[in-house]
Amino acid sequence: MRIRAQVAMVMNLDKCIGCHTCSVTCKQTWTNREGTEYVWFNNVETKPGIGYPKHYEDQDRWHGGWQLDGRGRLTLRSGGRLKRLTRIFANPDLPSIDDYYEPATFDKDILVSAPGGLNDTPVKRPHSALTGEPMAVEWGANWEDGLGGAHERADRDPNITRMPAEAAAKVRFEFEKTFMFHLPRICEHCLNPACVSACPSGAMYKREEDGIVLVDQNRCRGWRMCVSACPYKKVYVNHATGKAEKCTLCFPRIEAGQPTICSETCVGRLRYLGLVLYDEDAVLAAASVRDERDLLDAQRDVFCDPHDPAVRQAARDAGMPEEWVEAAKRSPVWRLISEYRIALPLHPEYRTLPMVWYVPPLSPVLDAAGAAGRDDTDADDVFHTIRDLRIPVEYLAELFTAGDADAAAGVLMKLAAMRSYMRARTLDGTVAQDLLDSIGMTAEQVESMYRLLAIAKYDERYVIPTAYSKDAAALEAQAAAPGGCSLDFEGGPGLPVDLTRGRS
Amino acid sequence: MNTVIWIVLPYLCLAVFVGGHVWRWRRDQFGWTTHTSQLLESRILRLGSPLFHLGAFGVIGGHAMGLLVPASVTAAVGIPEHLYHLTAVWGGTVAGVMLVAGLVLLIARRFVNGRVLRTTTPMDKVLYVALAAMVVLGMTATVAVNLLGDGYDYRETIAVWFRSVFWFSPRSDLMAGAPLVYQLHAIGGFLFLALWPFTRLVHVWSAPLAYLWRPYVVYRARRGSVPAAPPAPAAVRDATTRRNVSPAS
Ligand code: HEM
Ligand code: SF4
Ligand code: SF4
Ligand code: SF4
Repeated sequence: MRIRAQVAMVMNLDKCIGCHTCSVTCKQTWTNREGTEYVWFNNVETKPGIGYPKHYEDQDRWHGGWQLDGRGRLTLRSGGRLKRLTRIFANPDLPSIDDYYEPATFDKDILVSAPGGLNDTPVKRPHSALTGEPMAVEWGANWEDGLGGAHERADRDPNITRMPAEAAAKVRFEFEKTFMFHLPRICEHCLNPACVSACPSGAMYKREEDGIVLVDQNRCRGWRMCVSACPYKKVYVNHATGKAEKCTLCFPRIEAGQPTICSETCVGRLRYLGLVLYDEDAVLAAASVRDERDLLDAQRDVFCDPHDPAVRQAARDAGMPEEWVEAAKRSPVWRLISEYRIALPLHPEYRTLPMVWYVPPLSPVLDAAGAAGRDDTDADDVFHTIRDLRIPVEYLAELFTAGDADAAAGVLMKLAAMRSYMRARTLDGTVAQDLLDSIGMTAEQVESMYRLLAIAKYDERYVIPTAYSKDAAALEAQAAAPGGCSLDFEGGPGLPVDLTRGRS
Repeated sequence: MNTVIWIVLPYLCLAVFVGGHVWRWRRDQFGWTTHTSQLLESRILRLGSPLFHLGAFGVIGGHAMGLLVPASVTAAVGIPEHLYHLTAVWGGTVAGVMLVAGLVLLIARRFVNGRVLRTTTPMDKVLYVALAAMVVLGMTATVAVNLLGDGYDYRETIAVWFRSVFWFSPRSDLMAGAPLVYQLHAIGGFLFLALWPFTRLVHVWSAPLAYLWRPYVVYRARRGSVPAAPPAPAAVRDATTRRNVSPAS
């Protein structure tokens, strides 16, 4: 067993209002430069929809992520090492800029410099940021916002084309009536990253301490294999520098114990950041599970219980400082994924072991219940809707459970039960024991889950220990030894790190 | 004059080639890239780039064979002169044609596609002019002199001079009598080497062969010191409000 820590994220989709604040603040921080105009480390999609870049989830076309070969061994879907090198001169799987969108800029000057006394208001026109020529804006990173244009395109959403035929047909004809929700996406900082594995120069790496996946800008040689290998299309080519760039999980902030920009500025306060401990030796086996439907459980099993003394000791033995072990215990991400088991990975079938998980939205089901003339505040009605109005559930299953509708339904049941339980508790002061029994959770669990999801205090959402480095840990040990040098100056590695700086 | 062209110039160019690479490697890791433009244009590139690269490998291999391996060695190994000549001419022609086709496509692509044109740097233009000039001279030499003309045995002159440069006893006399195209191609070759380290061609030295043996996932420890935790947002906010609220004087 080799214990490692990963800074992971959970997003609670019911709370996302699709305001794109996260995208904009991320862009202002990281990608408001020439060459990255089209790049959104954080983007917010409307589902159903084809997404950004277009149809990125269609791996038959892009060959992203991993698959099992004939002998059951895990291989990159785009082929093995040798095959990749033979295709290095032109990458057949690389999306073109038009699959993202052609970035535009506006000649705003014209508004200021127009002569006075005009009869018509001057109009600023869009110009291509790539060619400088005037252009018509015909697509964008959030073009489908609020199901925009869905009647033309959404049935080509890869999640719908993969659904069972009759359910898919229903979505095709009725989705505008049935449901929609927003899906914010960042890099998943995967445990088994396809991007890193496809990088020919070894410029991409996963950090040992916190699992953040980064591109070494000095070692990237522009082979652009990472871009096509990532099934989430979260590595981008900077066309001005000719190098790959990606979400950094805002590592300078994480190192300082602060949440990422996208989390910090999230209007819905729906993002959670914290550690998960995992067994590095278990990763490959979990990614190689044969049946896709078993991948979800296999991925959950990679995580180690931070309350287990043996795990804590193994973590310490692996060089993890005490603050990290403590923070892992308080991690909201661990609670949502493993304790309450309501967070799910995005497309576990890509086998990259993504580390941004999602609490699936109940709202599509509630909408469906309402549309079917049922009472969306009544637990039984909602349960029935989940069971027999399969459309939203099947769809969510394509996104989060490799098509296992029962697994997705189980999570939705928990959310619905929590809602009804808290409603009864708050309005009538009664404890709905039958609801607790139906989902197999205790009253304390449901209430603390409610607190984490609904009240979502700042310092409960973000439990981020400040960075350590192996050197610093060694120095610390040295300082603790009799006669060692003192490092207990402000900000020095000897100073105990305060984990509980917070606000609400 | 002969000394300058066939002795001074080669050494100057080689010095720039070596020194340039050392300088660029040390100073400009960030600029050391293929500078891929496939994102902006894929259709022509997918044809042109493999053609060009495979052609280039053939041509480079051919040059290595022709220039570095003395005729006495091939004879000693038992390769008949005639067979050698046939392989060299026909192999060279096939590789050359691929190279030319690829290069034409790549250059055309830079003009046809406005997006690629805009990311083309002055150094790219210099590189394409140099590449085109080299290829034109080289193809002229092969096609006009060797395929259609009387033929010229460069292995007894140019190749010997080329090797003599590296033995530090350059034999400029051998080049003086070579046909003009060959002379120009040889001079161009050294100038091209001098240009190399300053262009995107540096990507050639980063050919990622180690990838074939590397484990898939690369882990790296974070380096550097641990940053001090900045004040919490609430503290910053409260500090600013207090400052703003308190009277200025
Ligand atoms: C050693 C193995 C080599 C590899 C793996 C390699 C790979 C590549 C790659 C990936 C590109 C970027 C294509 C794109 O996406 O835009 C490229 C471009 C280029 N390479 Fe190579 N290359 C190699 C050797 C060479 C050699 C020997 C030459 C010529 C002497 C060469 C000349 C070029 C040129 C001129 C371009 C620019 C093409 C364009 O965008 O117009 N390469 N190479
Ligand atoms: S989501 Fe991020 S870590 Fe995972 S493969 Fe894509 S770029 Fe790599
Ligand atoms: S973690 Fe940082 S870089 Fe990544 S999407 Fe969020 S704001 Fe952008
Ligand atoms: S800021 Fe938060 S609520 Fe707004 S779109 Fe992003 S994730 Fe959703």
